[in-house]
Amino acid sequence: MNVLVYLVPLALALGALGLAAFLWALKHGQFEDLDGAAWRAISDDDLPEEDERS
Amino acid sequence: MSEAQDLSLFVRHPSEGVAAMDLVVDGVFCGACIATIEKGLRRQDGVRGARVNLASKRVTVEWDDGALEPPAILERLEALGYPAFPFASGVVDSVEMQAEKRLLRCLGVAAFGAMNVMLLSVSLWAGADSDPNSATRDLFHWLSALVALPTAAYAGLPFFESAAKALRARSLNMDVPISLGVVLALGMSVVQTLAHERDAYFDSAVMLLMFLLAGRFLDRRMRRRTRDFALNLSAIRADRAVKLFEGGEARETPIGAIRPGDLVLVRAGERIAVDGTVEDGRSDIDQSLVTGETAPVAVSPGASVYAGTVNMSGALRVRVQSAASGTLLDEVNGLLVRAVEQRSSYVQLADRAAALYVPVVHVTALATFLGWLAVGAGWQQSLIVAITVLIITCPCALGLAVPAVQVVAAGALFRRGLILNSGEALERLAEADTVVFDKTGTLTQPRPTLANAADIEAADLALAGSLALSSRHPLAKAVAEASGAREPIAVEEVPGQGVSALHCGERVRFGSVTWCEAEADAAPIAAAWPDASLIALRTPERAVVFAVRQSLRPDASSVIADVARNHEIEILSGDRQPAVALVARELGVSRFEAGLKPADKIARLEALAGAGKRTLMVGDGLNDAPALAAAHVSISPISAAHIAQAQADALFLGERLQPVADALSLAATARRLMVENLWLSAVYNLVAVPLAIFGFATPLIAALAMSGSSILVTVNALRARSPSPLAGEGGRAQRSRMRGEASNEAKSNAPEARPLTPDPSPARGEGK
Repeated sequence: MNVLVYLVPLALALGALGLAAFLWALKHGQFEDLDGAAWRAISDDDLPEEDERS
Repeated sequence: MSEAQDLSLFVRHPSEGVAAMDLVVDGVFCGACIATIEKGLRRQDGVRGARVNLASKRVTVEWDDGALEPPAILERLEALGYPAFPFASGVVDSVEMQAEKRLLRCLGVAAFGAMNVMLLSVSLWAGADSDPNSATRDLFHWLSALVALPTAAYAGLPFFESAAKALRARSLNMDVPISLGVVLALGMSVVQTLAHERDAYFDSAVMLLMFLLAGRFLDRRMRRRTRDFALNLSAIRADRAVKLFEGGEARETPIGAIRPGDLVLVRAGERIAVDGTVEDGRSDIDQSLVTGETAPVAVSPGASVYAGTVNMSGALRVRVQSAASGTLLDEVNGLLVRAVEQRSSYVQLADRAAALYVPVVHVTALATFLGWLAVGAGWQQSLIVAITVLIITCPCALGLAVPAVQVVAAGALFRRGLILNSGEALERLAEADTVVFDKTGTLTQPRPTLANAADIEAADLALAGSLALSSRHPLAKAVAEASGAREPIAVEEVPGQGVSALHCGERVRFGSVTWCEAEADAAPIAAAWPDASLIALRTPERAVVFAVRQSLRPDASSVIADVARNHEIEILSGDRQPAVALVARELGVSRFEAGLKPADKIARLEALAGAGKRTLMVGDGLNDAPALAAAHVSISPISAAHIAQAQADALFLGERLQPVADALSLAATARRLMVENLWLSAVYNLVAVPLAIFGFATPLIAALAMSGSSILVTVNALRARSPSPLAGEGGRAQRSRMRGEASNEAKSNAPEARPLTPDPSPARGEGK
């Protein structure tokens, strides 16, 4: 059972990490436009503008 | 737009040297639109950034203050193919946003807590507590407490606050038993842990919070999205007025920036946006939106004009008496205040259930405590069992029962073109047994059409149509539309009378009946179409009279027939008796009253209420606003006067009346499902409570029962997507009819209905 000494804190820490990431994303407005985010993921606006115009 | 626009009202300054503006953009549907708009705006000099929000169809633009004029941004968007409308988001919006974000934060925290506590609880249920000295179990309980207590303290705040508010007001809402259950569950679990006992309820408490927060969040998000949509529409339809400045300069100005004493120009065919006095000019005014009366009224200098009316023939200069917030007749306003006060006492189904449920639960818990004492158990053990009863009965499913149905039904109505202004509207709609319609603009279409097209020779119609194209007069527009004419003839406009032109070497006139000397021809037509306005064409040989009237909405008679099966129907109109009688006969409605003033309409509604009827009022005009507020529940078309929209519980889009019938049938379904859900949660309690009372409840049973009933209730709520199965074949036929006609509708509908078509569902993705 001694393994619990490592595993339980590890599990909690990982969960807390996920929570922190969620709160960070929420604070930076990432949940304000879920529909738009779905489209932005596949947009190619990281290409240089010249390529895209051609 | 010919005049420069004054948009300073909409510009924000988020930081030094930066200006920003929020715009509602028409026709944004996909990723390509996002890229086009954002890149297009960024290429403009001076623009710092642009961000499109696809969900709310808005774009926020930031630019270096002073680097460009705000109208340039509108022009740029217009050039990109996206007409945009400035939008003042205001304080209310940000407060709502904050509240929604807070719920989402709480939900995230509760989900984290629930997952981790569950992790520990599941290991215990799986046998980790089998070791004899209970050291592992105690460790797990303490770890659970470490996670659960802070989680509940934070994520439970929305419930605790609401419960405290209810108690201070000496009433009970659902949050009171929820808060009590959570606090008691946590408190008892800590005590049990201290005593090295086997059962602790940390997992139940946190899971309960998570389920309830999910329900609350969905509920709030649905409300915000439908409200966003309504706000977008109001921005698009926002009234502007052409303000005349001292030097004679004319500028298109949003109505919010017009002050009493300003002078505004109202051109022929425009809607008047202010209350005021005519300084200069003569014209006919269509007051149908204000009074319901369809015959135009002549005005000259010194006459009063009201916001919402349409200037039909000549240009007017109007001295503003009140604009923006004060554009109301005093009488309407006074009636409104009274009517709203009378209605605010409605008690929602969920609150009624709570009021019934809370005492029962608390009495049961108390009886359990006394019962165990009576059979000889110690007070400690009795208390533990009593608290277990409270935890088990904690209204998880009950808290979800009503909001879940509301979310699903509102989403379904939204797809059918109906926007709910309030959640309780569904319940009130379901209770309505009498439907009262206004005529003008509600049963009839907001725009007039040519009534006697069949009696007019094609050549005359074509000639009249090409003359009419040059006029902004609403009657002329209707004739032009009916004729299908494309090429205007060069005309001379005679203000207040009509237009004249040379056609094949002959002088022809098109305009008012007297000016065209067509009184003799007009008489029989006026008799045949008592509710029509007449306009005439004069050629050297003959006169042709056109009857233009507000035609019925295309599906009015079928919808009325449909609704009449379960509801009594009445028409209350401010229009003249013959006009109303004609419509009533056409629709087969036997009960109608004409020539009513706003106060008369309220009186009739009160008489109906006195007779025990619950009325649904459907109306659009300024004169309907008090009646809309006084009725049990109300619906307005989206073309309605602002004030009427603000009072209505729901708005419907497009030319058809079908959404009204859909609203009634879906509301009935929704209400049935709400009641069903409440019974489902009651049944769950019937099963779980005896277990708790006799001391057999374990944390595992509590967790299973709680999540099981929540899921059951949510799944049942999903059935609100389709109209009542009781409607059977009728309902199905209706739906397929709607689908079949959807494409025509898209073409013919009022422009505001089409491009803004929201996502198929406001609740989309929320069910995942």
